[in-house]
Amino acid sequence: MSAAAIAGAARAQSGGLRRFASQEALLALAVIGLAVVVGFINPRFLATRNLSDLLLGNAYIAIAAIGMSMVIISGNIDISVGALIGVLATISGSLAVAGAPILVSWLVPLVLGVAVMAAQGAVVAYLRIPAIVVTLGMLSILKGGLISVTGGKWITDLPQNFHLADLSFLNVPMPVVIMVLATALAAVWMRYSASGRAIYATGGNAEAARLCGVNPQRTVVMVFALHGFFAGIATLVYATQLRVIQSTTPPGLELTVITASVVGGVSILGGVGTVVGSTLAAILIAEITSALVFINVSPYWTDALRGGLILATVIADILRRQRRAARGWSK
Amino acid sequence: MSAPPETDVAPGAAAPLLEVRDIEKTFPGVRALSGVSFEVRAGEVHALLGENGAGKSTLIKIISGVYEPDGGSILIGGRETRFTSPEDAKRAGVATIYQELLLFPELTVAENIFLGHAPRAGMGRIDWRAMRARAEALLASLEIDDLAANQVVGALSVGNRQRVEILRALSHDARILIMDEPTAALTESDVTRLFDIVRRLRARGVGIVYISHRLDEIFAIGDRVTVLRDGAYVGARNVADTNASELVQMMVGRRIDNLFPKTTVPIGAPVLEARDIVRHPMTKSVSLTVRAGEIVGLAGLVGSGRSELAQTLFGITPAESGEIRLMGEGVTIRSAEGARSKGIAYVPEDRGVQGLVRPMSVLHNFSLAALGALSRAGFIDRGAERRMAEEGVQRFRVKTSSVEEIAGRLSGGNQQKIVLGKWLANNPKLLILDEPTRGIDVGAKAEIHRLMSELAGAGVAILMISSELPEVLGMSDRVLVMREGRFVAEFDRAHATSETVGAAMMGEAASVERAA
Repeated sequence: MSAAAIAGAARAQSGGLRRFASQEALLALAVIGLAVVVGFINPRFLATRNLSDLLLGNAYIAIAAIGMSMVIISGNIDISVGALIGVLATISGSLAVAGAPILVSWLVPLVLGVAVMAAQGAVVAYLRIPAIVVTLGMLSILKGGLISVTGGKWITDLPQNFHLADLSFLNVPMPVVIMVLATALAAVWMRYSASGRAIYATGGNAEAARLCGVNPQRTVVMVFALHGFFAGIATLVYATQLRVIQSTTPPGLELTVITASVVGGVSILGGVGTVVGSTLAAILIAEITSALVFINVSPYWTDALRGGLILATVIADILRRQRRAARGWSK
Repeated sequence: MSAPPETDVAPGAAAPLLEVRDIEKTFPGVRALSGVSFEVRAGEVHALLGENGAGKSTLIKIISGVYEPDGGSILIGGRETRFTSPEDAKRAGVATIYQELLLFPELTVAENIFLGHAPRAGMGRIDWRAMRARAEALLASLEIDDLAANQVVGALSVGNRQRVEILRALSHDARILIMDEPTAALTESDVTRLFDIVRRLRARGVGIVYISHRLDEIFAIGDRVTVLRDGAYVGARNVADTNASELVQMMVGRRIDNLFPKTTVPIGAPVLEARDIVRHPMTKSVSLTVRAGEIVGLAGLVGSGRSELAQTLFGITPAESGEIRLMGEGVTIRSAEGARSKGIAYVPEDRGVQGLVRPMSVLHNFSLAALGALSRAGFIDRGAERRMAEEGVQRFRVKTSSVEEIAGRLSGGNQQKIVLGKWLANNPKLLILDEPTRGIDVGAKAEIHRLMSELAGAGVAILMISSELPEVLGMSDRVLVMREGRFVAEFDRAHATSETVGAAMMGEAASVERAA
């Protein structure tokens, strides 16, 4: 008994450490390692301009992935976020062009994002309809609605002061500032607030959470509302970079966002993950995409690589679980 | 293909259809079966009796090929055999009907019966006509006239679905039929019909292994009965030569020893007074009082309504009528949150489903029920949280490398200690424990019992549900016996014995004579 217990404890401890350090540290290492390797092959990859473009162009994905991670940790999923960002960008741009105060054109996407997502969350939580069904429905509504209303017209002649993303703070471009700030705030909140804990508990075991006085339904609505808020911010960062807003939804955006969450270590089964991980993963994915260009690989490989990354992460996660389960039974 | 054997086997004449000898089976940390022998002859109903955890399920899983035994032998028709999979057992003529029926609700009766071995019409096509005809023949052979071969199974009653399962077993030419608590979900009239079918099968020479908690059923339908206790063979009897009190004694034995460190503590004022609590359908007008420092044991069979009562008291399924007073004050409990804030703690039966958030750390599990108290302005006071968890780990002797460890990785006993500790962090006045030591090892059991004594000493009122009679008798100041949603007996510590409590649980006096 004692020897086995000690061995078990030692194993568990190393497991605990591995787990604690694993996904985030691994991703940070991968981000740096990849930069070094690709930089070695083609030094132009490391040019400030390229790295800055890379971050600027993908910050909105990392921001959207923060909310997505919360949703997945709570045991749900959202596939409407790409379409929602497309719709919100169009609304925001249209308001600005129509002469609405710039602050209004910035705030409306946030408010609408929260409203749409909270409504979806309420349907998921109180009518007990699986999130994938609800958000699939919303995806079609938003996508179809957008095309029908705008007729696919582009929004041009955006006022100069609309471009929030062109601003910078202490020489750091605004999208990067917002990405870092949003990630840090969300990470602290997820880790140290009672509501953040409720998200993990709901995704880990909703029944146990309920018995402990957590309200899983309220938690799910809150998570979706927050996700909508982050989708709104992502919209701002995305739309205010553009000179022309195409009134369509960025193709495959929801998948890129989900990929960032999952590669970032968020368990698709719920209850596990961090937003620091998903932000790092978003950067890594962007880096891979860009690196392909610099090492002369056809960019058509991007999707395949992204898919491979998602599969590898999920398989690794499942294998870890199975090993853990097997250990629990065999020793 | 193979026609049912035509030979008429006189009961008891030839070798048993199935015999197991000296079966051994060990799971990690648990000796599930040791030296168990059992046999079924053609044309007999052999009942398997024992408490929860006695090893009945393990034994049937070995007979039906789900588990391989670590030692001992299995003989089919006198020849030694090895089952490495359920398929092997099926081929040898062993069919099992589990409590949860394994049917496909969208398919018809005939499709369900012949799933996997449908008659073929060449080129792999299913011969629908033959399948229908054979299903009808099976139905007719048991004189089931209210069930058609083309009915969709999803729309059938539980009793009828069970009949489909039996027919499926017969379609495999099963010679040995294992029925695991077949009446658990049946209505009275369905039970009568089930017994009718069992008698027909027996007359046809099928050997039936019948698992049940209900003594009256065993007397109604059984020919022989084998009793298991703690994974060991206790004895076998001809049903005609035994009586209920002998069987109860065999089942529970005399095992109440100093495993239960129950200390005598002064009993104070009533903490919980519940009057005429009703919650449809399982709780039918129940009244009870639990006093400070008192441990009240709630005995009863699975399905007698004990857990449902606990969930009603805790507000998960609030009472429809009745009166609850806590510390002398009338209260209304509408939700688990409400119960918690009023000083009630509930440690549920199924710690996996209801108690523990497995992917979370020990630390976070400990604080989960106290997040409100631990938070300021929505943020958790991490120092206080850690102190609370570390105190809990120490007090409950949770074996873990650190509080950061993922709770799901600890052993069952340690998980249970976390669930218990989590609730006690709130300093409850009333603690409701549902099967507090099920499925954990002896050492962890003793520690949980020690804790219960300690809490009672500190003035906590404890209501404990347990299916282990020795635990009930060992730990309780008072024992309440529940049957069919009501209290049927009450014993103080001096008068609660395995015989008196066991008899009240079984409803022996009332219903043994109820022969079908």
